[in-house]
Amino acid sequence: MIISLFITCYNDTLFPQTGKAVVAVLERLGHRVEFRPAQTCCGQMHYNTGYPHEAAALMNHFLKVFRDADTVCVPSGSCVAMMRDHFPKMAEEMGDAGAVRACLEMLPRVYEFSELLIDKLGVVDTGARFPYTVTLHPTCHSLRSLQVGDRPVRLLRGVRDLTFVDLPDSDECCGFGGTFAIKNPDVSTAMLADKMTSIRETQAEVVTAVDNSCLMHIGGGLNRQGVPVRAMHLAEILASTGAEAAR
Amino acid sequence: MSVHVGAAAEAPAFPAAAKDLLGNQQLRRNVRYATEVIRNKRAKVVGETPDWQELREAGRRIKDHVLRHLDEYLEQFERACTRAGGHVHWARDADEANRIVIDIVKRLGGTEIIKVKTMTSDEVRLNAALEAAGIAPYETDLADMIIQLGHDKPSHIVVPALHKNKTEIRRLFLEKMKLSELGETAEDLAAAARRYLREKFLRVPIGFSGGNFAIAESGSVCVVESEGNGRMCVTLPRVLISLVGIEKIVPSFQDLEVFLQLLGRSATGERMNPYNSIWTGVTPGDGPEEFHVILLDNGRTTVLSDSESRETLDCIRCGACLNICPVYRQTGGHAYGSIYAGPIGAILTPQLQSMEHSQSLPYASSLCGACYEVCPVKINIPEILIHLRAKVVEAGGAPLMERLGMKAAALALSDGERLETAQSLARLAQKLLMNDGVIHKLPGMLAGWTASRDLEPVPKESFREWWAKREKQS
Repeated sequence: MIISLFITCYNDTLFPQTGKAVVAVLERLGHRVEFRPAQTCCGQMHYNTGYPHEAAALMNHFLKVFRDADTVCVPSGSCVAMMRDHFPKMAEEMGDAGAVRACLEMLPRVYEFSELLIDKLGVVDTGARFPYTVTLHPTCHSLRSLQVGDRPVRLLRGVRDLTFVDLPDSDECCGFGGTFAIKNPDVSTAMLADKMTSIRETQAEVVTAVDNSCLMHIGGGLNRQGVPVRAMHLAEILASTGAEAAR
Repeated sequence: MSVHVGAAAEAPAFPAAAKDLLGNQQLRRNVRYATEVIRNKRAKVVGETPDWQELREAGRRIKDHVLRHLDEYLEQFERACTRAGGHVHWARDADEANRIVIDIVKRLGGTEIIKVKTMTSDEVRLNAALEAAGIAPYETDLADMIIQLGHDKPSHIVVPALHKNKTEIRRLFLEKMKLSELGETAEDLAAAARRYLREKFLRVPIGFSGGNFAIAESGSVCVVESEGNGRMCVTLPRVLISLVGIEKIVPSFQDLEVFLQLLGRSATGERMNPYNSIWTGVTPGDGPEEFHVILLDNGRTTVLSDSESRETLDCIRCGACLNICPVYRQTGGHAYGSIYAGPIGAILTPQLQSMEHSQSLPYASSLCGACYEVCPVKINIPEILIHLRAKVVEAGGAPLMERLGMKAAALALSDGERLETAQSLARLAQKLLMNDGVIHKLPGMLAGWTASRDLEPVPKESFREWWAKREKQS
């Protein structure tokens, strides 16, 4: 199968290793990955902060770039949530019938990474080996908007030598929330403190998620406090074959 | 028009107020404990209701229907209530509502009233208006009484004294009720409140309430509560005045079947509220001889006129969104500067009163979506928060640096090549900020990030550069 990767702007810029891991997993499973260099961003930051016009332009660009793609893989739960929850309405508000049609036609072909593996490719065992104790933070958008349910956990349980531990109060927000973390840094930090307490309780060596934005926040906090827990995107765990070790 | 929501117009911005409250460890412990208890109780009784999702959908549809035909239902309510011997008044705003109440009390020669817990009266600041007119209001809801005795502010829609613990309340009672001794158990405190209030119930001839529901077909008003003190207020006095928001209308008695199932479970985690009082006009020899209902607008018709956010008026004030909210859980209700706190407060307050007074409230959320998930009438609070954020930006309420940053980002993201250029520029710029390979301190409005979090620098090679190289090699 040819899978078109929408890497997302912040993975592209800040977390290229996640993109490389997605490519490694999909190619290992026998698929061909394509990357369209014209791609940029889903518009989530603009939309959620109150800039819908700028977001609409980014949506249009996304639709133009990916319109003819058969299957689009997005290694970010919140970007997929942005598309599913807001694109159709944004297109309608612009009064652009073409964009509305494009949304309805192409959104069913857009998959968050764990959805793609389980729903589209029917894979639970990706052939990974990762000899560490891992806990999962189910990000709010993947949990409540995409409703990915236990898909990420099933994928983790399919990894050889991985010990999975449940995260207490896992469905509690980590406090990132995009520009919320900048506009309300004190509340965001207080929420992060609770999340870090839960993570430490698990005694996991690695905390993972399907969204690097939450992980950037959690990892940044853990790093500042000198807590030796590594924050890693799910794709990076699934790409591991045990030859390389976690930092 | 003088629309106001409590003292929200004078309140400090959310981030500043939140910062102060985060330093109050006792308050945070109290809020956390109380919200956790209610959350767990709610989850249990919702879990045992097999048709919960259908009930939510029904509640939402009834409310939406009412809002589409609000004019007709309000007039139907007025006719039915008048026919049953009640007096119906219309209040455009807070001042008008207060004036109507004061006029009624003065005409009767009253100097005191006893009150059921009423959000609308806090909204219009009735107590302050009454006191200025020489009338003493007595709050009889246990929590509201605690707030009134302590000259405190409510911090929760359903449990206004949620930020206080038993020890603090005991201290307050000892002082304000002038008691020489008082036990420490909840029962001791309740008994003291009972003695204090009973005397007022039996003496004061004017009662005051809000209304959880107003039934259009019969002109009835319904008040839902847990203590029975509300029941005393609406049955014992000779005169009863009820201040009800115009959105509280339901078409028929049968609709309560849906809402009474939703409200009790969502608000306090009870299968049914202990006291559900419903009355229709006046009945000779039974309850108040004179009944007034004041239908309050105070900004509600403005909310109604915005099709994007009018579902805000569906709210049945259960407080479930406050209890589940990870932001409220950290700060408590006072940070919102409004009697309507938490997620619902963050969308209701800015819409009721002029937006310029509460531009920080739509941003007081991480958009985690937990509020939408628990809302018994399915108000899409995150969606409305985003809608209100766009209004703030449109009105010029966003900081200049943010507006410029968003413009620059939109340009950089407009195509792949521009993005690649921006990525290179970012790598250059960050050299000034890096220390041991990590960014510990960011400038300007981004400083909030690095106050508690490190930032990994932009890596040497973006994904798109790696991909281009790989393509070339193969």
